[in-house]
Amino acid sequence: MTTRRDFIKASGLLVVSVGVLSLEALDALAQAPGPYPDPDFHQLDSWIVIRQDNTATFFVGKTDLGQGTGTAFRQLMADELDMPYDRTTCVMGVTDLTPDQGGSGGSDALQTDAYPMRRVAAEARRVLLEMAATRFTVPVAQLSVADGVISVTADPSKRVTYGELIGGRRFNVALTGGNIDQTTGTAQIKPVQQLKNVGKSPQRYDIPPKVDGSLKWAVDVRVPGMVHARHVRPPFAGGTLTAVDESSVNTMPGFVRVVRKGNYLAVVFEREEQAIEGARRLRATWQKPATAPFPASTELFDYLRRATPTVSNPPQVAGNVDAALAGAARVVEADYEVPFQGHVSIGPAHAMADPSNGQMTIYSNDMKSYGLRNGVAQFLQMPRDRVRVVWMEGPQAYGRTAADDAGFEAAFLAKELGRPVRVQWSRQEETAWDTKGPAYAVKMRGAIDPQGNVTALDWEARAADHNHLGYNEADTVLIAQLTGQHKAMPNRGGASAPSNMYVIPNRRTAGHVVGMPLVWETPLRTGNLRDPDGPQVTFAGESFIDELAAAAKADPIDFRMRLLTAGKDDDSGFKRARSIAVLKAAAATYGWQPRAFPQPLARGELLTGRGVAYAFRSQTVVAQIVDVEVNRRTGRVWAKRIVCAHDCGLVINPEALKRTLEGGILHSLSRTLKEEVTFDTEKITSVDWSSYPMLTHLDVPEKIDIVLVNGDPNPNRPDLPHYGAGETICKPLMAAVANAVFDATGVRIRRLPYRDARVLQALKAANV
Amino acid sequence: MSSITLRVNGRARTVDVEPATPLLYVLRNDLELQGPRFGCGLGQCGACTVLVKGAAVRSCVTPVSSVQGSEITTLEGLAVNGKLHPLQQAWIDEQVPACGYCQNGQILTAKTLLDRTPNPTDAQIRQGMAPTLCRCMTYYRIQAAIKRAAATMRADAGAGVQDPHAGPATEVTA
Repeated sequence: MTTRRDFIKASGLLVVSVGVLSLEALDALAQAPGPYPDPDFHQLDSWIVIRQDNTATFFVGKTDLGQGTGTAFRQLMADELDMPYDRTTCVMGVTDLTPDQGGSGGSDALQTDAYPMRRVAAEARRVLLEMAATRFTVPVAQLSVADGVISVTADPSKRVTYGELIGGRRFNVALTGGNIDQTTGTAQIKPVQQLKNVGKSPQRYDIPPKVDGSLKWAVDVRVPGMVHARHVRPPFAGGTLTAVDESSVNTMPGFVRVVRKGNYLAVVFEREEQAIEGARRLRATWQKPATAPFPASTELFDYLRRATPTVSNPPQVAGNVDAALAGAARVVEADYEVPFQGHVSIGPAHAMADPSNGQMTIYSNDMKSYGLRNGVAQFLQMPRDRVRVVWMEGPQAYGRTAADDAGFEAAFLAKELGRPVRVQWSRQEETAWDTKGPAYAVKMRGAIDPQGNVTALDWEARAADHNHLGYNEADTVLIAQLTGQHKAMPNRGGASAPSNMYVIPNRRTAGHVVGMPLVWETPLRTGNLRDPDGPQVTFAGESFIDELAAAAKADPIDFRMRLLTAGKDDDSGFKRARSIAVLKAAAATYGWQPRAFPQPLARGELLTGRGVAYAFRSQTVVAQIVDVEVNRRTGRVWAKRIVCAHDCGLVINPEALKRTLEGGILHSLSRTLKEEVTFDTEKITSVDWSSYPMLTHLDVPEKIDIVLVNGDPNPNRPDLPHYGAGETICKPLMAAVANAVFDATGVRIRRLPYRDARVLQALKAANV
Repeated sequence: MSSITLRVNGRARTVDVEPATPLLYVLRNDLELQGPRFGCGLGQCGACTVLVKGAAVRSCVTPVSSVQGSEITTLEGLAVNGKLHPLQQAWIDEQVPACGYCQNGQILTAKTLLDRTPNPTDAQIRQGMAPTLCRCMTYYRIQAAIKRAAATMRADAGAGVQDPHAGPATEVTA
């Protein structure tokens, strides 16, 4: 058995900081006593450490979900510091080692958090130059700096490395700024044209240890005395635990404890396979709720349209929609439906919590380690500085996942047992109980005038999003619900609308939130899933734009371009100009030529078509064009080629970005073609990869073309911003596929997912 | 509990466990290997894949007693004398992984695919890899990396480089 210190040394985390913070950091992780105060973001030393060997480590409060953000931070910070990229390392997301930048979320890593990182690195460079000026008794203006070496410009033999100036010692430089995002010293950041690493693609540093098996993941954390926990969840939603027969498991080998509180039930064993068997064998009696917790998934959309909303947003109105509809040459109406879909991590939720020395250390892959720390402290009523989260790599699923829940559960059990506990959810538990992206039912009406212009758009969405869970909320996490410690008022939830720069004179946008009968302790709980509502509402909105284009007998790209260019006003990020540039780039890369839309129905088994869609999120703009093949005999839809034009401003690492975009595109394709949470009136029935199918190697496009656009009117300006990526990419694809299927078949399928049977049924109904 | 001796990555390892224990938990928790990972416990996803006598096996549904004495290779054992397997190198060259959790199964499944079919068609790659799931959807780059590795391995074979982990060399025709 390894010691804790051995583990910490081997984890890779400390490899980078041993000799930097030396014993300080080692003890901070390997020990013992705590407390674990927050690193002070107003101290330069909290962000950057430079060693005597002239290497630097950056401490940043974000997490990397396998999208290369850590590599990008190193590129930017190395540039501002004037260190070679390969002499830098990066530590992320450990609550007592890295300043609280909130972990990941909202695709804000580069858009927001990279700025304080750039400024603190620039400040370190400034301080080092002053130190060198003192050493050589020359003004800073007479010094040159390159690759971590400062020299006197007029006499390059006078040189000193950063490591010689500061190595192993503290800067002791105070920073300012009202909050962490505003953190700054007195140095200015560089014009982006002077950033040498920007636009280059150093390989991601996390990949080699991921392919040779050497990386220590959160699932791999083991400490002496650790035991294994598995859950027994209610067999039907809203079940009440009335009896537990401990004798069904307490003579099994390795038995440690049955932990029961309210409807929360866990078994703890010495070994993992024993815990799995114990959870299977434990005899528990559950009472069914008096009323059904939800309608069956086959009835979901009727229910959504019929139910009284819990929230109705005041409609946003421009112009007079009713008058425009009344006076239209043509009115188009359609209803769109998107089911609940899950995050469903490839590695079910897990965490390990160690209560040694009266503290609580949680090893977790949760993307918001700081929130997990705060939430657990609140839940266990421990002082915040006695709780620490060590973020480590893990399976990712992009949003408010069950990793939040597992962190709380591990900490709760560790406190109950007084020893380290590892919690591991089962596959069935993950697929059934993980938070879901909300289901949507959208009704739209559009008016077209005799010239084919869109004169009105009426949008009314109903989202199954009542009690939408936040991140790491101590009063909404699953264990808080099952133990009866949830808040009194459910979260409000939301219903949103598509984001585009179309100019439509009369517009009404209304959204309603609908709840299921069971509000708490339900597996149909919603939480942010990769652009929380964007894919759903863009599926409806951009499909409907195509319906309007078809009604106006217009080419889908010309039609969108007319809607974009009908206005001249733009926002501070030039989103209109950039939307136009992105749509043009997609069309040019694809080689789009106007032709009949939809095409005349072809003969033969395989029907082919093309579809386009566009959206933005914050300041990132995406347009996608998809070629599909639809098999009219089987109903199978294959997205054969996907073209994506993407503008997220200044690109730091193009190759890492492209892979993030490819993954996001295919994630949306999976949601388009395969994914649906199913349930009967008692329980979730999609509980594994057989009942909740997703995209496989068989479904991969032959070709994905990504074109990185910068449509800023002045792409050479020195302050060109770097916006976020990772979520916008997921928005347009569903509609692009739907539009391509319509082009191929003439059939408009307004309900996701496009599984073979649904498509085949729609084709048959239309005699295709 | 029974004393069971396994041969893992070229070393004999003896553990004291129930014979029915799935191999995955022995590799992870007793031998502290990190390559094979828990994904489903149902044999559905492939995250737990290991090679047993060169064949890809889902260790989460394989009783440890059934592989006594067989040569077991995990992701950690794929490199030879510190040199990465061509597939691992191709994974780096193509920058395949996102979160990386499933890539153990992707790499080892690809290994058995190329052992059987050194020059696979696109259809053979899709078919051979189909049961191995990736939630970050890195499939597109995985398929590119397999082609890259296949080219390297064919070149190596032409140069007489031996693969010590080669599985059954039966050509699959499709």
